[in-house]
Amino acid sequence: MTQERTIAVWQERVRLRVLSKGSGPPLVFFHGPWGLTWDSFLDLLARDFTVYAPEHPGTTPGVPDEIYQLDGLWDLVLCYDELLDALGVEAAVLVGHSFGAMVACEVAATSPRRARQLALIDPIGFWRDGEPVVNWMTLEPGEMRKRLFRDPQSEGARRMFGESDVEKESVAARVRIAWAMGATGKFIWPIPDKGLTKRIHRVTAPTLLVWGKDDRVVPPVYADEFMRRLPDARVQLVDQAGHAAQVEQPETVARMVREFAKG
Amino acid sequence: MKISAFHLMPHRELPDDFEKRYPSVWVTPPWHELADAGRVGQYYNWTLDELLFAARAGFDGVCTNEHHQNAYGFMPSPNIMGSVLAKQTNGTNVAIVQMGATLPTSNPPIRVAEEYAMLDCISGGRLVAGLPLGSPMDVNLCYGITPMEHRERYREAFALTMKAWQSREIFAWNGRYYQLANVNLWPRPIQQPHPPVWVPGSGSISTFDFAVDNEVCYCFLSYSGARSAKAMMDGYWKVVTDKGREPNPYRAGFLQLVVVGETDADAERKYARHVEYFYHKCLHVPAVWFAPPGNQDYRSLVAAANNPVRRAEDPKTLKYRDFVEKGYVIAGSPATVRDRLKAEVVDGLRVGNLMVLLQIGSMPHELTLENMDRFAKKVLPDLRGLWDDEGWVNHWWPEKLRGVKAPVTKAAAVAAGGA
Repeated sequence: MTQERTIAVWQERVRLRVLSKGSGPPLVFFHGPWGLTWDSFLDLLARDFTVYAPEHPGTTPGVPDEIYQLDGLWDLVLCYDELLDALGVEAAVLVGHSFGAMVACEVAATSPRRARQLALIDPIGFWRDGEPVVNWMTLEPGEMRKRLFRDPQSEGARRMFGESDVEKESVAARVRIAWAMGATGKFIWPIPDKGLTKRIHRVTAPTLLVWGKDDRVVPPVYADEFMRRLPDARVQLVDQAGHAAQVEQPETVARMVREFAKG
Repeated sequence: MKISAFHLMPHRELPDDFEKRYPSVWVTPPWHELADAGRVGQYYNWTLDELLFAARAGFDGVCTNEHHQNAYGFMPSPNIMGSVLAKQTNGTNVAIVQMGATLPTSNPPIRVAEEYAMLDCISGGRLVAGLPLGSPMDVNLCYGITPMEHRERYREAFALTMKAWQSREIFAWNGRYYQLANVNLWPRPIQQPHPPVWVPGSGSISTFDFAVDNEVCYCFLSYSGARSAKAMMDGYWKVVTDKGREPNPYRAGFLQLVVVGETDADAERKYARHVEYFYHKCLHVPAVWFAPPGNQDYRSLVAAANNPVRRAEDPKTLKYRDFVEKGYVIAGSPATVRDRLKAEVVDGLRVGNLMVLLQIGSMPHELTLENMDRFAKKVLPDLRGLWDDEGWVNHWWPEKLRGVKAPVTKAAAVAAGGA
């Protein structure tokens, strides 16, 4: 059973819903720009870990405007510092996807002791002029979905985008995803290079980089940017996966993360 | 009422297959393939000449506006254009309507307050200060402002601008987005306490509230005509009434595309292809760019998603006669144009500050002057006196120009008698 609780941080001005499941050492999952979807990937991790999956500020239902309480990345990182204290998590395996992977990396750079291990799935955070990260927020919805997934019609893709035969539910899903992109986009517009190059040297945790081989948002060459700056990092590519590797190949990615984090 | 000539300064010679070859007219059109600086210099000069022609022909005001990286209308600095217009119209009663310099793209935004004060000084107090939010294409995509911060920045910059014009003391501005330790504008505007302020919008509810709370003239800049604006403007007037304000028609501005021929058929013959060029090429922009995630506040996002609003028509499927029939463009003989403007725009939307776009898309210089001349001679005189009988004061017009009645019309005489 997934449990949920809502924790207020930032002088009680920002409420974050946290989904959790499992037992064992703590693992925190930071979701990507399309909001949190509890999926089979997180279920698989919950076999070995107590998984905590917080929602980024402003994406928790009912409190969209709380995103306006934060001015930038520094505020966001400190919110998560407060959240981990509130959860009683001193140190954990930090896992993140896309934007969430950048957040995980920033948290680990700010408080190196917080991260036992770091697993970054298709992370953003760097910029190469020759291979620009695609700004998904400027793509038409259909085009964005094609960009994101190797197979935009896969079960995982449909779940992540909240597809439904009920019109009301699809409308709600469209709003949820648009708002999640806006709320996370606040920290990365228009180029997702916000100074991680200056801070990443502080990370001490062993790091696993997981990359969808067909990531056409942040091409796998960006792994080099992480590899040459991290003291202990390795890369694993995932076949048949785009920018959301854990959505398209949940078993493979969960296995990679579990083996890495247990070992 | 007040009637001003609006200009976009578009690229007038885009290739016939432009909208098939390129993904957008905004943000990404390649300059070197599409434009030539010498030729563009000619466009700027035509634009200035056309607006000055309008000023001499009897329009009450001339309007410029700010847009970036596009072939739709490229006055990145409207104040450079406004400066020429202000100087060249000195001694006349024409208002310089800047619609205008965009606060969130000006850093720090007191640059706009300064330049507007300069324009007010140069023009002898004839400035109308448009303070637009700016389009997402300009502000978010070209100028890199985070969509979610766009409106917050605007509101802070707006408050800073108003204070910078009015404060008699030097002050410190310790804002969220702007910090200035010594705000002390040089020059200050002639008009006191500040020039009249117009805020253009595109129908979002939060802008209605903002416009009424700040006592500005709300201007709906629409390319789909008065009929489709009706529900929106009714919503605005409801906010005006709900907030206990008088329904002064000068609280509202509206932009309408207009082409005037000798007859309806003459108008079609002369202008049809330029109107189609405008709707097919100049508005060729991916829909998502009009509202990137975070640009709309949550309330507006939910409202937009839930309103199966008559899905905005794709103008590329429409032809001249459709645009005219739907009122996107008001076109035809002087009588047709006058009657439609009066019924659909002035009365229908309760508009006191009318802007008309008379240079449209590829319309060449000579034809633009013809359109302006015919409008000024045969349409404008019949509209000028509208609203006079109700006795409203146009608080949103430079004070020294408010009383000026160009050629006295019947309606104006009635108003004078009744005052």
